[in-house]
This record gives sequence, structure tokens and C-alpha cells, in this order.
Amino acid sequence: MELVLNPEESAFQEEVRDFLRTSIPPEIKRKVDLGLKLVKEDYVVWQKILHERGWIAPSWPKEYGGPGWSPVQRYLYEEELAAASSPRLITFGLKMLGPVLIEFGTDDQKARYLPRILSSEDWWCQGFSEPGSGSDLASLSTRAVRDGDHYVVNGQKTWTTLAQYADWIFCLVRTSTEGKKQAGISFLLIDMKTPGVTVRPIKTLDGGQEINDVFLEDVRVPVDNLVGKENDGWTVAKFLLGHERFGIAGVARSKKQMERVRDIASKEMKRGRPLIEDARFREEMAQVEIDLTALEMTELHLLSEQAAGRKPGPESSILKLKGTQVQQAITELLLEAVGNRAAVFDPAILDDDWPGPGNDGPAIPEHAATVAGHYFNWRKASIYGGSNEIQRNIIAKAILGL
Amino acid sequence: MNFTFTEEQLLIRDMAERFFRDEYDLDTRRKHQAMPGGFCPETWAQFAEMGWLALGIPEDLGGVGGGSVETAILMEAMGGGLAVEPFLSTVVLGGGLLIRGGSDEQKGDLLPKLAAGELLLAFGYGEPQSRYDLNDVATTAKADGDGYVLDGGKCVVLHAGTADKIAVTARTSGDARDRAGITVFLIDADAPGVTVRDYPTVDGLRAGDVTLSGVKAGAEAVVGEVGNGLELTEAVIDRAAALIAVEAAGVMAATTQCTVDYLKERKQFGRPLGDFQALQHRMTEMYMETELTRWLGYMAVVRQDGDDRPPAARAAAQAKAKAGQAGRLIGQEAVQLHGGMGVTDEMFVSHLFKRLTMIDHVFGDAAHQVERLADMDVGNAAA
Repeated sequence: MELVLNPEESAFQEEVRDFLRTSIPPEIKRKVDLGLKLVKEDYVVWQKILHERGWIAPSWPKEYGGPGWSPVQRYLYEEELAAASSPRLITFGLKMLGPVLIEFGTDDQKARYLPRILSSEDWWCQGFSEPGSGSDLASLSTRAVRDGDHYVVNGQKTWTTLAQYADWIFCLVRTSTEGKKQAGISFLLIDMKTPGVTVRPIKTLDGGQEINDVFLEDVRVPVDNLVGKENDGWTVAKFLLGHERFGIAGVARSKKQMERVRDIASKEMKRGRPLIEDARFREEMAQVEIDLTALEMTELHLLSEQAAGRKPGPESSILKLKGTQVQQAITELLLEAVGNRAAVFDPAILDDDWPGPGNDGPAIPEHAATVAGHYFNWRKASIYGGSNEIQRNIIAKAILGL
Repeated sequence: MNFTFTEEQLLIRDMAERFFRDEYDLDTRRKHQAMPGGFCPETWAQFAEMGWLALGIPEDLGGVGGGSVETAILMEAMGGGLAVEPFLSTVVLGGGLLIRGGSDEQKGDLLPKLAAGELLLAFGYGEPQSRYDLNDVATTAKADGDGYVLDGGKCVVLHAGTADKIAVTARTSGDARDRAGITVFLIDADAPGVTVRDYPTVDGLRAGDVTLSGVKAGAEAVVGEVGNGLELTEAVIDRAAALIAVEAAGVMAATTQCTVDYLKERKQFGRPLGDFQALQHRMTEMYMETELTRWLGYMAVVRQDGDDRPPAARAAAQAKAKAGQAGRLIGQEAVQLHGGMGVTDEMFVSHLFKRLTMIDHVFGDAAHQVERLADMDVGNAAA
């Protein structure tokens, strides 16, 4: 066991740190640091910078445009991305569809889609959940009926993150009602510009607009857009959900957020002293850092096992579950830190370009403006990607044998 | 960076796990507890034969070398087996003091005997008023010619009753809670003026209260530097805290496993209790908390080797806090999920629960560690 970086790893860390910190556009960094709304252009501009450097898809094999990094290097890169105030890289193409196409796609599909994912020319979104199919995903009822060289798709997808920006959606659709519900599902790529695709925004509790309903009405999809075999989409979906669990704990971002807690606690006052000097608050921070470090070490262990050639198992459910718990605990600390001004709401904060405090809106310090919204918004983390209750079911079955 | 075990370490782990699985069940433990001194001398000799007592001791002093990780691997297995032998007191505390602070003479004289299983040690660092503060030392050591005279007492000294030599902290200068002025002495358990009142602990081990009245100690009895004993004590106790956090993870894993096994067997309402989702989800929490404690513990253990003290102290405090918190949760849940059987002396689970509970009460409990962390520099987050 060695927790110190070797010289090559240190050099790599240095190289990544230098590049990321000098390359990130200041206005994007400001938005990330303050938790302000990012728009499509922010993501795309930054992802193109990373793509140009060859670092946009750390987990992809080299032959498909990945940098060929070791698990440790990828871990260090994630750290540095968060530390440099990078926006979250949009995962739908890079961490979901990309690996799926590499595993299941035809040569044509790989050639057609992968380069455009790397270059951020195509924005992908994920069409899994439906109004009647949440945790019980396999019960989905969006139908795809074969008609010559096309499928005709009818149904509704929901909770579709950033569908308003998307060029494409990858969908689970029902191509058969025979046998087990898992057996009749197929994995289909749909161009969002196809007639019959309608996106309707869903406003979230923080006032934000990042999720959507996607309606599919007689949408004609070429059969070439089927990934894997017809009725074998569940296998593809399981691969997608089980792949690339590293990073899912969000450790690097949580560390960065703890810095923000500390920063805010240095600015907020309590009894004439900065909050950071309050022993009780520091104990709360210490508690979250205990849990965060425990999570990081668990992830590092799994990552080292992977580096040693052992395949990650269902243990990674821990990362998702405990990772989101830590993230949510940090949103609570942030909320606590801003005190009574947590309640102040400046509607302009939801706009693409918030001018900052004190213009026409209420006087709220910059560091406090997004904290409450973030707290409410982040309740999603323990719900998406297989709710934490589903993760417990997985652990009970696959690890404890219950 | 690599946070997993080497092939050699995996061999140690397999050997230790096999030993406790095959040769150390609850009945064996009860027999050992009933022996004079509360453990089995033959088993201790086996530990020596297997090289377990020689871990961390340099090869030229009869040891087999190795770092703290190897010791942690053993302790994790001992946790799962609820070993009652004085490994912590002799190897981790006594040996730890000698390796880190001992003179060449002390090391050369004592470490080979320790490795061979011929020397038992104990370390008294706590007093009735000190709670978990290592600097709160009222025991005095007054200069007397070339040596010292010690007066005072130490409480809950693990395995003091069987120790050949007992290390104690004593104040050679300064006031009650000063950081400076503390010195570590290693005295013979049978020296005139040393009295040990030996008793069982709630979790099945042995400890003793040590009274020192006019105990003469020569200059050669000092471990480390006169007046600078607190740094040595802190380093040894932090390392012990990190190691016992890993031991706790071993206890937790056994606790979770016996609970899962029991709930697969036990039927109510016509089906195994393990079929009920409300109970499954509680066991998943036990499992996850065990994993988190284990890897946080190993991180802390890795940080103890070397001289970078602030990160070592911080890591030990984190690991020990986690062990206390997770231990309480897992122990309580295990008993609850066992139902009525959980509160019987007959079942393994009740003994695991008691051990987990008492691990929190050595080297500073979770509340103490969190308070310590809050007092440390909060500027360095995880890792």
C-alpha cells in the first residue's frame, strides 16, 4: 500500500494541473465556483478545449481516441478537473453511450458517432425513465414497431436531463411483449430533429430547468440505429449502468465543495467571529470529512484492485450510495453556513447571466446566492442513476446473497 | 499510488484468517479467558512461531521487518476472531514505544525477546482524571541521584497483570496538563512499589490499575528523551488507534456476516427473515460501513509509518472516529436483527458487540476524535 505519488504520477499531476488551470475560461470558472447556471455554450467551449488536448474521454481505449491512462492517472485527472473548477463533463455521450458503442456498436456506428461525441458536435441525452417506469425500469412501455427499414416509435420519456440541448437521444424501447419484461427491450438511437419528437421542460423545485419530458409520436427511426441485437437492449442498459462506476462517488467535487464550505464559513459571522472559528461548526465539517475520506479510500482501493487486473464488482454500489450521501451532507453544511440569508431568493439567479448582487435584486452576497437552490436541486442525486434504495437491493442480493 | 495488498500481504491475511476460522471459535475463546492471565500461553507461543510477534521489528533484532500494514492485516483477522491475547499491549504499544523511542540497548535487549514470545509488555498512559488527554499526567517522576522516583497511578492498563514490564508516562517537570515535561519510563512489573490490580474488561480482555509508590527507576529506564515523552506517546497511541480501527473493521465484518447468516436461517411468517427488505437494507448499511471503516483504517495505518506527524494524527483521528461511530451502529443493529438471541451470552454476536463498543473507549472515543479534528488545521481536506 502506497499513498504517495511516484515521480511519474507527480509529473502527470503537475502537467494536468498546469494545463487545466491555465486553460479554463475565467467566466466559466466563476460560474462553477459560485454554482451559477451554465449554458450549452459553456459546456461545449470547455469540452472542445479538453478534446483538443486529447483529454476529453479518459476512460476510452486509445484506438477510439482515449488518452490511454491508467486508473490512477484517471483518478488524478478527476481531482484536477474539480480543483480547477471545471464544469461537469456531460456524461451521456462520454461515459454512457461511448463505452456502449465501443462494446456493442457496429463499425459504422462507431465511425459515425464516436468522433462527434469526442468533439462535442453531438449532444446526447438519455431516454430511459418513463412516467410509469422509474426504479422498475424494465417495465417501460415506449413501443418501437418495425416498418420496413424503420422502427416507428411511440411513447414518452421523462426526467431527461438537458434534452433541450440535445441533438440525439439514446432510448430503451419495447420491441416485444413476449416473455420476461427484460427480454423485449431494444436500445435505439434517435435524432432529436426527427418529426414527432417533442421536448417539454419540467421546472424543478429550485426553479431551474434542466430536466424534460420527451414525447415520441410516430417517430421513424432507421433500423441501422439499433445498438446490439433487437430485444437485447437490457444487456446493453445493464452494461451502461454498471460501466464506469469510478468517479460516480464524486469525491473530487466533494473535496472542492468542502473548500467552498470553508470559504463561506470564513466570510459568515457568528457572535462577532467568523463562523469557521466556531467549534461546533468545525466539528460538523470534520464529520463530513471523515465520511468523505472513508469514501475516497474505498474508491481508491477498488481502483487499485482494477489496476491490478481484478474486475470491479457490485461493490461500486457503495460509491454511488455513500457518494451521494456525502454530497448531500455538504449541501446541508453550505446551507447552514449562510444562516438566515439562505432564504433570500433572487429570481435573476436562474438567468443565463447573473449580473451579481446588488443590481436590482435583493442584496445577497455572491457566495450565498445559489446555496439554497443547490441544496434543493441536489436531492436528485440519491434518486437518479438507480435510487439509493435500488443500490441497497443490489448490495443485498449481489454481495450479501440475500 | 497503490491502495491494495501485495501478494505477501495477501498470504499473511489468508494465514491469519484461516487460523482464527479453524482454531479459534467462541468456545476456545472462553477457555482462554478462563486461564490465569486471561489468555492462552500456548496460543501466544503459536503467534511467535508464525512470526506474528516479529512483525515491524528489524531483522537484525530477531524480527521479520515489515510496516504497519502487515500488523493491521493481522489485527483485522484478530478482530474477526475476537482474540484475547495481549497483542495490542505487547506488540503495538510496548513494541511500538521501543521501536520508535527506544535506545539501541533497550531495543537490542528487549525486541528479540518480544519477537520470540518471551516478553510481555503493557503501557499505562491514562489516569482517572485524564480521560483521553495524553498530556494530563499527574504521576510524577522526581530526580533522585542518577535515577528517578515515581509516584502515582495509571488506570485501565491493558494486560498489565501479565506484563513483565510496564511503560508509564510520568511528569518529570511542569504542571498537570503541560505538554512539556512528560517522560516515558519502562519499569519492571515486579519492582518494589509497583502494584497491579488486575481485572477482566467488559469485552473479555484483561486490564489493570497500576499504582506506583516510591518506585525507583534508573536513567536506563527512560524511553526516548526526558521531558519529550508526549510526542513519543502521541505517535504510539495514534498508530495504535489506526491499527485498532482496522481491528474494528474485522469485528464489524464478522458481525455483519453472522447477522446475514442468522437471518438466512431464521424463519418467521413462513420465510427467512433475510427475505424482508426492511431488514436487508439495514444489513447493507452494516456492510457499507464496514468497508468504509476498513479502508479509512488502512489509510490511517499507512500514514503512521514515517515522521510526518500532523497528517498521521489527523488520519488516526479520522479512522478512530469512524470505527467508533460505525461500530456502534453495526453492533446495535446486529443485536436488534438477531432478536432475542442477540441479547444472550450464548451467541457470538453479543461478544462482537461488546468488543466493538469497548474499542470506542480506548485511545479516545468518536466524540473525542471529532473534537480533536475540529481543533486541528481544517485547511487540509481529505488525503
